[in-house]
Amino acid sequence: MERILELARKRAEQAEVFRVWRRDVPASFEANRLKSLQTKESSGMALRIVKDGRIGFSATNDPEDEEGLVERAVELSEIGAQARFQMPGPASYPEVRLYDPETEAVTIERMVELGQTMIDTLRRANGDLLCDARVSRGAATVEIINSHGGHISYKRSIFSASIEGTLIRGTDMLFVGDHRASGSPFLDTTSITDVAIEQLEMAKKTVSAPTGKTQVLFTPHGVASALVMPLIIAFNGRTVLQGASPLEGKLEEKLFDERLSIWDDPTIDLQPGSRVADDEGVPSRRTSLIEDGRAVAFFYDLQTAGLASKESTGSAARGLGSLPSPASSVLMVGAGDAPYADMVAGIEDGLLVEQLLGAGQGNVLGGEFGGNVLLGFRIQKGKVVGRVKDTVISGNVYDALNKIVAIGNEPKWIGGGLYAPPICCEGVTVSSKS
Amino acid sequence: MQQIIRDALKGHDAEYAEIRLESAESTRLQYRGKDLEEASRTTSKGGCARAFYKGGWGFVSFNELTDLREKVALAVRQAKLVGDQAGSLAESQPVEMKTGSTVKKDPMAVPMTEKKRLFDEYIDIIWATPRIQTSTIGYSDGRRTVTFGNSEGALIEQFKVDVSMRITAMARADGDVQQSGISIGSNGDYGVVEGLHERVSGLAQQAVDFLSAPHAAGGPQTVVLDPVLAGVFVHEAFGHLSEADFVYENDRMREIMVFGKEFGGKHLNIVDGAAVPDLRGSYAFDDEGVPSAKTYLVQEGILVGRLHSRETAAKMGEKLTGNARAINYQFAPIVRMTNTYIEPQSASFQEIIGDIKDGIYAKNWYGGMTSMEMFTFSAGEAYRIRNGKVEELVRPVVLSGNLFETLKKIDAIGNDLDLNQGGGCGKGGQSPLPVSNGSPHIRIQDCLVGGK
Repeated sequence: MERILELARKRAEQAEVFRVWRRDVPASFEANRLKSLQTKESSGMALRIVKDGRIGFSATNDPEDEEGLVERAVELSEIGAQARFQMPGPASYPEVRLYDPETEAVTIERMVELGQTMIDTLRRANGDLLCDARVSRGAATVEIINSHGGHISYKRSIFSASIEGTLIRGTDMLFVGDHRASGSPFLDTTSITDVAIEQLEMAKKTVSAPTGKTQVLFTPHGVASALVMPLIIAFNGRTVLQGASPLEGKLEEKLFDERLSIWDDPTIDLQPGSRVADDEGVPSRRTSLIEDGRAVAFFYDLQTAGLASKESTGSAARGLGSLPSPASSVLMVGAGDAPYADMVAGIEDGLLVEQLLGAGQGNVLGGEFGGNVLLGFRIQKGKVVGRVKDTVISGNVYDALNKIVAIGNEPKWIGGGLYAPPICCEGVTVSSKS
Repeated sequence: MQQIIRDALKGHDAEYAEIRLESAESTRLQYRGKDLEEASRTTSKGGCARAFYKGGWGFVSFNELTDLREKVALAVRQAKLVGDQAGSLAESQPVEMKTGSTVKKDPMAVPMTEKKRLFDEYIDIIWATPRIQTSTIGYSDGRRTVTFGNSEGALIEQFKVDVSMRITAMARADGDVQQSGISIGSNGDYGVVEGLHERVSGLAQQAVDFLSAPHAAGGPQTVVLDPVLAGVFVHEAFGHLSEADFVYENDRMREIMVFGKEFGGKHLNIVDGAAVPDLRGSYAFDDEGVPSAKTYLVQEGILVGRLHSRETAAKMGEKLTGNARAINYQFAPIVRMTNTYIEPQSASFQEIIGDIKDGIYAKNWYGGMTSMEMFTFSAGEAYRIRNGKVEELVRPVVLSGNLFETLKKIDAIGNDLDLNQGGGCGKGGQSPLPVSNGSPHIRIQDCLVGGK
């Protein structure tokens, strides 16, 4: 790394080397039985330079290609974008616990046992279920050095488990399941299987859907599936810079229900989305996006912030083969005061949405969400009466999140990058065949 | 390299073992707004080893190409921890060969400055359109060479050159943002991204026009799909279900997808095949070294075929089709589509829309997903059809339905087959895999449209 930085510095004003290494060991189950064990190792390096004021970039995972890496970056700087940033120098980083040595110590046998336990538990609830499951452990290191003396490296661990059960009757298909990820190993999977068993229970009967403008209760999975993407894209500093965000020029305005608060926080211990620094070495910190219904800030990386005359919020993310860009890390939706049971009980006739298919295919930039209800239920007179099918919902986050009926008091982790409570809104349109 | 692969595969205690080594280079140009935001060139080298033992698989992927033999041994050890019942792989004649894409205008030979000059022209066209707020162009090309060897003696070196581009224009008025885009791709021909000036001008204008277009009414409607969107439809609504890995260990799915079952009218023929030449999903051998084929999935409305890997073909006792594909060396191959299309019939476009009193003409694609039974896909543009005429523009629609009903509700198939090369398919964390899909114009009765 130092050698590449050295070589690059001779040719450019600024240079940064980004290196990642990761190893994942997943155990995969198919059709109720163990199917494969894998060991996946990957590593690579990316070089970003600023030469004559322009950005040059290249990446490789061939350790013998150090000189090629520098040559290509220099070549590309000729057509590259004007750099509008200075790479960060030495900085103090927050204390965030990202690595648990216990994770890598979990034996393959134990992982296989966990997967089998999940499958057995689900099949005790319904013997006709066909289950796929996956239990995985892994570790990764990230290291960034730059010509301004900036240097950060950290190691993280990740443990995850997921299950999906399929139930087929005639041509009717039901998919149930849940997943969980953490920096530390967890050896109890009942929180995962309980969700799937409840889904099975609620789906025992298929009923017709209510149609027209309807109250919709999004579970934390439903919030993740339908509402998060159109919302977050509007807070991305890059969308704002392009003038494509409906929130541009509307900071400090009350745009959402006053009970709604959302922030991004990469400093939470042992969450898979957490980190000490972002992917260009800017220290991690909490960024508030919505406070009591007001949009309060956008999130930025260095270059986007430079172009917008703002400060980086430490929100740069990148894959190995591309330049950093702004992204959320661990998104937190503030809890409300409604117990889940009361939220259900309060609905006269509405929909409970757990999973949408094809959400985000509409005009996401405009705030639209919608899609086929892959897993959803009708609520009548405060009770879940059965599963709905052949049903499409559509709405707009700027409308629906301004017509919030209630926010739940029990948020849930969705995959380690989102913590959200159930949210019940009005103003969502439901269309259905049945 | 060949000899190293052969030596590393010798003498392991497994029913089957294979090695894939890969070297690749790729170029990306990304515009956001008026400016080229990102230009990058990436090289990569890596490999994987996979082993099969009593129905179980072990898989190891790596960047360090030393000590291949130990990597195969690790895959074998993993497979033996898994395998506990009889399992087999369909027989495939081991082949020794070098082959690759037919490269017409090699994208790697076009200088970066030339690519930038061309894309700058497209950007200028978009920005010359009044009320355009912003635009994006994402271009990438790459060349990937894979050397495959297995314990049965196959040794195949194959290269693939891929080009893809998506151009999007966004218009904005009063907090409303609308977008329009096109996707282009090819199997080794840079020429497809040249000369798009008129299309780019049209898409920019369309984004602006969407701002004043009304929403379509939600609910079941008669819908006519253009070849691009019908291609996405056949990929999502039927293609995924014909992938045997969804079926082979699932007795109920086998009952649903039993050969001889009626899926559509006599006019419906659906094909998938990497052996259809010079398309984005074309190749000579799949990632298990099996030769590509052209497979009828539906013939005269009847289910007659499905897509296989060596494992699924053996388990179901069906013919190999050469559809095991991996996006790169970090993944084991799984059953994937290649070039998927509905064969043309005789109806002209006028005949298809002629007797529609009130319906939707949906064109171009934005995306699509399936859960087997349910599918959803979204149009890039849409128009009202009234009394047999295509009339006003409406906002892009999301169409959704139930596979087992919808194919039967196709009641007209056109004569104008066209294949869209701009798609990428995702499955099992492997995305975007180069595929193409297509169709003539088709008409679907009673198709669920999401709307206001």
